[in-house]
Amino acid sequence: MNNNGSNPLSSSRRRVVQAAGAAVALSTLGFPAIVRAQATRLKVGVLLPRSGFQGFIGQSCQKGADLAPSVIKEMLGVDVELMNADTETNIDVARTRAERLIQEGANVLVGPFDSGAAAAIAQVAEQRGVPFVINIAAAPQITEQGYKYVFRNFQTAIDIVRNGLVLIGDLFQATNTVPRTAVYMHVNDTFGQAMTKGIGALLPRQTQLPFKVVDTISYDPAAKDLTVEVSKAKASNADFLLLVCRLQDSIILRREMVKQRWNPMGVISPGSPGMYEEQFFKTLGKLSEYCVSNVPWYDPNAPLTKVVEKAFLKQNPKDKLVFHGLNVGFTFEAILIAADAFRRAKSTDPKVLAEAIRQTDIKSKMTLGAPIKFNAKGQVEGIGSACVQNLNLLPAVVLPAGAATAKPVFPMPGYKA
Amino acid sequence: MTPDLIANVVIAGLLTGLVYGLMALGLSVIFGVVRVVNFAHGEMMTIAMYAAVILFAALGFDPLLAVVPVAAAFFGFGYALQSALINPFITRPEHSQFMLLVAVALIMVNALLMIFGPDARSVQVDYQLESYAIGPILIDKARLLAAGMAVATSAALFAFFRLSLVGKAIRACADNHLGAQVVGLNVKRLYALTFGVGSACVAVAGCMMILLVDVTPVLGPAYTLLAFVIVIVGGLGSMPGALLGGVLIGVSEALAGLLIVPSAKSMFSFALLILVLLFRPQGLLGKRT
Amino acid sequence: MSPERRAAILLTLLGAALVALPWLAGSYVLSVATLILFFAYTGQAWNVMMGFAGQLSLGHSLYVGLGAYAAAGLFFHYGIGPWAGVWLAIAACVAAGAVIGFLAFRFGISGVYFALLTIAFAEFTRIGFDHIQWLGGPGGLFIKVEQREAWDLLDLRGTPRMFYYVMLALTTGAFALCAWLLRSRAGYYWQAIRENEEAAQALGINTFRWKMLAVVISAAMTAVSGVFFAFYYNNLFPEQIFHISRSIEIILGPIIGGLGTLFGPILGAAVLTILADGITELMALAGLEIPGVKQVFYGLCLLVVVMFLPHGIWPTIARRLGLTRR
Repeated sequence: MNNNGSNPLSSSRRRVVQAAGAAVALSTLGFPAIVRAQATRLKVGVLLPRSGFQGFIGQSCQKGADLAPSVIKEMLGVDVELMNADTETNIDVARTRAERLIQEGANVLVGPFDSGAAAAIAQVAEQRGVPFVINIAAAPQITEQGYKYVFRNFQTAIDIVRNGLVLIGDLFQATNTVPRTAVYMHVNDTFGQAMTKGIGALLPRQTQLPFKVVDTISYDPAAKDLTVEVSKAKASNADFLLLVCRLQDSIILRREMVKQRWNPMGVISPGSPGMYEEQFFKTLGKLSEYCVSNVPWYDPNAPLTKVVEKAFLKQNPKDKLVFHGLNVGFTFEAILIAADAFRRAKSTDPKVLAEAIRQTDIKSKMTLGAPIKFNAKGQVEGIGSACVQNLNLLPAVVLPAGAATAKPVFPMPGYKA
Repeated sequence: MTPDLIANVVIAGLLTGLVYGLMALGLSVIFGVVRVVNFAHGEMMTIAMYAAVILFAALGFDPLLAVVPVAAAFFGFGYALQSALINPFITRPEHSQFMLLVAVALIMVNALLMIFGPDARSVQVDYQLESYAIGPILIDKARLLAAGMAVATSAALFAFFRLSLVGKAIRACADNHLGAQVVGLNVKRLYALTFGVGSACVAVAGCMMILLVDVTPVLGPAYTLLAFVIVIVGGLGSMPGALLGGVLIGVSEALAGLLIVPSAKSMFSFALLILVLLFRPQGLLGKRT
Repeated sequence: MSPERRAAILLTLLGAALVALPWLAGSYVLSVATLILFFAYTGQAWNVMMGFAGQLSLGHSLYVGLGAYAAAGLFFHYGIGPWAGVWLAIAACVAAGAVIGFLAFRFGISGVYFALLTIAFAEFTRIGFDHIQWLGGPGGLFIKVEQREAWDLLDLRGTPRMFYYVMLALTTGAFALCAWLLRSRAGYYWQAIRENEEAAQALGINTFRWKMLAVVISAAMTAVSGVFFAFYYNNLFPEQIFHISRSIEIILGPIIGGLGTLFGPILGAAVLTILADGITELMALAGLEIPGVKQVFYGLCLLVVVMFLPHGIWPTIARRLGLTRR
């Protein structure tokens, strides 16, 4: 019988295999980036969900990132190099991709649209001492951890709700209407739950609002059939529908409303995505009209907006900025913040950069609200929301009056008292 | 909680349940005869939905019409899939079958993602948002048509298995594999045929489903799970069972959504599955083996 | 050289390499390695139920989630550290496993039905946890992240290096435990049950008892990985941790690596993670940015392995390396 152990060929073969394995392992280990400090270029790691469940949102945000380098070069004279990574809507991948970007020399990280991924990347950023500017993520806890390297230029869920409710009051005032009852429907996921908590806390305090919520209906974000939910909502006989939704379910809900012949005064979102997105218009056509979303938005009249819009149209000639307003606006601003800090710090050393970001004070910005200034927790306060209504198959800002491009329509035509 | 509300909800649940039943029918046929755990079932229906979308966009085919070419194509596809890929796996352990079909499902979902992108697609037929009003009851027209097609397809399938020679041969295979071989039936070909028939059912279900739901590449897995729940609740290899299971799930989910928190209504189907597995594992209309 | 000697030498070399890894590699590789070890450990735990006792569990994310939430909940609300919290986690998972096992085996549910039963329980729990506000509901449970510099093993707060070593210790422990189990009486009975349950019963083996033991051990081991997950990621969402895709991720490693073997789950987890990352790098090099291409490749690789290497990769490699008697 052939005893393998005594065969010299097999044992040397084994050694070769082991040596090869070791060589491969060493070559993939990678050595930490040595070149740092005085560099003429800012390397920005952009983490977005470009595939997976949130793929289409990530791709929308990416447009904001792609146009940033040229606009920033003109504005600030600063060179920005983008390093794009796909988080695949998966927090494991988000974490490892963030590590990878830092290893490849990213000076600052930007992203990632999703709160779960934001929390994971924030830990990596804090651990490695690399500044992380969040473009869009609403979970309040992310800036409550005492991080020194994490910054967010977006509203927390509480802010979104507060601004959203105030705008509802403004809408009623502007259209001289006094709805008394609302039925509140919300998607039962991370975002929906955060919004619901906010509404539960803030609505009772907004005594200037004339309406009461008569029924609350939470629904499964993955549900394809919302017949029961809409039946319940219709049966509540409320004046209007207060809705926290996502894109897919907003389309299903609107269709179901038509099938069940329910025509309330209006459909108002105090701050969720969905009804202003391109798919909503493409799929529903005329049925998308008059839906209202009170969301953080860009100021159509701001000079920076016009600049960004030009760059956007150059890169996406067949598209319209208005369909990507939120995504492009905040993603662009995140990179702008990084570049502005770089210009002031004149260094890519992460600690220096982080300090510079902390001192940010950008008055000429694209999104609505107060200038970009971070508080001690790394959060920007005073970001504004707009009341965006679907008119003529486009999302149009109807409030605040200063930024408005159209007048609000409420109640919807088709409403019978 | 008026009687009107309950009636509306129950009727909608019933109709939806019939369409779910149609979807599960294909799985019942395949699982009942070939005993293969087709974890790519939902993905196959998703592909059928995309086929209906393309036919509508390119040729203006109403899904009710598109059923014919899509079902025919899927019959061929199912036949080929069974002969080429799955036949060698019948004797392999279950986890191997499962892994094979998980891999197939993964490839299908992502190929769809590559080809169609992540956006939802739909057909926009004129009657899609219409409803019939019978007193206070509103019946969704599209749903009614889809449910009607489900019943018609089941009837046709039933006739096929009861009355035709091939159908009887397939049932023989399902009842007694060895016996069928002894009698001289070409089991491999019959299995492929069954997979083809089952796939054609899935195709019909897909064409109907696109009237109710927009299709995205990631739609598959949830429906695969639902199909399995229905088949087990209704009874393996029993066609009326699949319809009954579908209706049961549809109505119970609707009522659960009405009486409890709607976001928890899927818990009901799983609870039902667990109960059936424990107390009547052959399903409501299945035969005890 | 005998196969056992050879195996011992290779194992020692591997062990030494793993211990030395943090000094040789950057933090990106470290994070990937930690992920590999996590899946290796959890896959090993699942392997006890499937590879050893032949029960296909497709809802293993249930135990990861229960373990994670148990420990995280205690820490979040009462400040109880993970070393105490892990006991509650294990207890909860043992209870869940026992319930599922009891229900399944008493009522004679096996094979595909058992698999579906496990999926049903996992899904049921996922939706259920989405409605438990005390544990954060769908908004997620966020543990406060502190102490990022020093190693606080007591509260599992520390550097990525610390987490790597914790996971390495866990994986090594699981490996040793499974090696011991395989050679014990339990191992022999499990093999008998796996090969032919009726014959085993005829021989007088109490199959119910031994199957329950496999389920319970598997659940308990998985509970610990859940606790690790909670303290490593510091946030939990029911949608992610109980999701069926997690269950599938867990079983990919052992099946590709080699069911029922000791080293299979570890090799499988390593190969799959490196493959996934490798494909991403290849895509980046080729300049292809089509979403979905990576997963198609991944699926094709799975398909090939399942079709042509039904026993997994490890047995073939083990034979080549001269580690088996043949």
